[in-house]
Amino acid sequence: MSEVPENLKYTSSHEWVRVEQDGTVTIGITDHAQHELGDLVFVELPEIGTHLEIEDASGVLESVKAASDLYCPIAGKVIAINTALDDTPELINQSPYDKAWLFKLEPTENSMPTLLTATQYIESITNTE
Amino acid sequence: MAKKTALYNKHLQSNAKIVNFGGWDMPLHYGSQINEHHQVRQSVGVFDVSHMTIIDLKGQRVREFLRYLLANDVARLKKTGKALYSCMLNEQGGVIDDLIVYFQEESKFRLIVNAGTRDKDLAWITQHAQSFSVEVQERDDLAMLAVQGPKAQEKLKSLIKDLPIPPPFSAVWNEIFVARTGYTGEDGFEIILANDQVCDFWDNLLDVGVLPIGLGARDTLRLEAGMNLYGEDMDENYSPLESGLAWTVAFKPEDRNFIGRNALQAKPKQVMVGLVLQNKGILRAHQTVSVEGGEIGYITSGTFSPTLGVSIAFARLPIGKYDQVNVTIRKKVLVAQVITPPFVRQGKACF
Repeated sequence: MSEVPENLKYTSSHEWVRVEQDGTVTIGITDHAQHELGDLVFVELPEIGTHLEIEDASGVLESVKAASDLYCPIAGKVIAINTALDDTPELINQSPYDKAWLFKLEPTENSMPTLLTATQYIESITNTE
Repeated sequence: MAKKTALYNKHLQSNAKIVNFGGWDMPLHYGSQINEHHQVRQSVGVFDVSHMTIIDLKGQRVREFLRYLLANDVARLKKTGKALYSCMLNEQGGVIDDLIVYFQEESKFRLIVNAGTRDKDLAWITQHAQSFSVEVQERDDLAMLAVQGPKAQEKLKSLIKDLPIPPPFSAVWNEIFVARTGYTGEDGFEIILANDQVCDFWDNLLDVGVLPIGLGARDTLRLEAGMNLYGEDMDENYSPLESGLAWTVAFKPEDRNFIGRNALQAKPKQVMVGLVLQNKGILRAHQTVSVEGGEIGYITSGTFSPTLGVSIAFARLPIGKYDQVNVTIRKKVLVAQVITPPFVRQGKACF
């Protein structure tokens, strides 16, 4: 069974979202997603300063198995990307919720969509596990 | 419902991620495909390849039959136990399948063909065997393991006392069939034994430290080793000459008639090459490749090479000589070096 921390929000496309105290958000992919993808070997992240809309393709995760698009769960401006993943994409397999955050956004005002709670996300993946 | 090998429950016990492969439920990996890849390159691992089809051919004229059926010439098999890799062609010169044939006795040869092509292979072989009075017997009572890696011999010896080690590309047998063949580029063995013996043998291998390896690592290992995969790098639309397999076609002696021979007289229009990506990114099957002058080809299979740390691929290109080509991935034009496979020998880059 995959790990699904209580304190995060989720999307049905397997991203996690953490709202920080300063109002910015941090985005990554879930433990379930990294299990499904297999060993990650290459990550393409959005450029800092890019404005993203909800569900924009904001990057690509390539595992040994396949390439998967990364969808932006929230509208906003990219303010940071995790450059450590350039050389060590395997961090996504090892630490999907901590060391392998993907990028940080400054959300567009009043743009916070409804995201899944941990319980709802667990329900959404239970059928496929 | 997908078929299961005799080892299916053993795979579940080792936490395999199971996928459908050629109609079989097979292990993709047991946790990490990349770790499994390194395990085989650096030490030893075992693959369940029982999904592959084993066919025994018997009859007084079996050698004559195989000299007609296969593009490579079994006349090259002079010593008992010797193996030969060959394509089996249709009349148009297209590849029906690639296979390994073992010479066991003058009246008995063993073929190993792919799982996904089983039905058409058996139909084709049976159809042509009739006029040679050759008996075709599928051996679905047998399982097959591949023990591969630089430590394969050491581990196998510790398990089977007095194991006669066959020379490369040869087999020995009594109760079990042990062939010095494989699909990884490493030293290793393919072992054929009864379905009801294979679970114990698997357990014994794991007990002496041989780790189970999934089909995911099998794919990256074979690509690094420059070996084609049927259905991706070759199929009935292309001849072996257009699939990097000219070395497997025996045109001599000139009076040997084999199926597809006439069609191979035509000059090939395409060439198979190896690509090494010079940028970050991953080459994948079906991506478009453009060569100098603007003509295009495409990638037949591509992956990340765990040994080299870059992406590698096979590509089918318009006939010509190339040093580098462009590959467009998600609207970005990337550069790939053109090489002659293999990519990796003895754990190191060899191009």
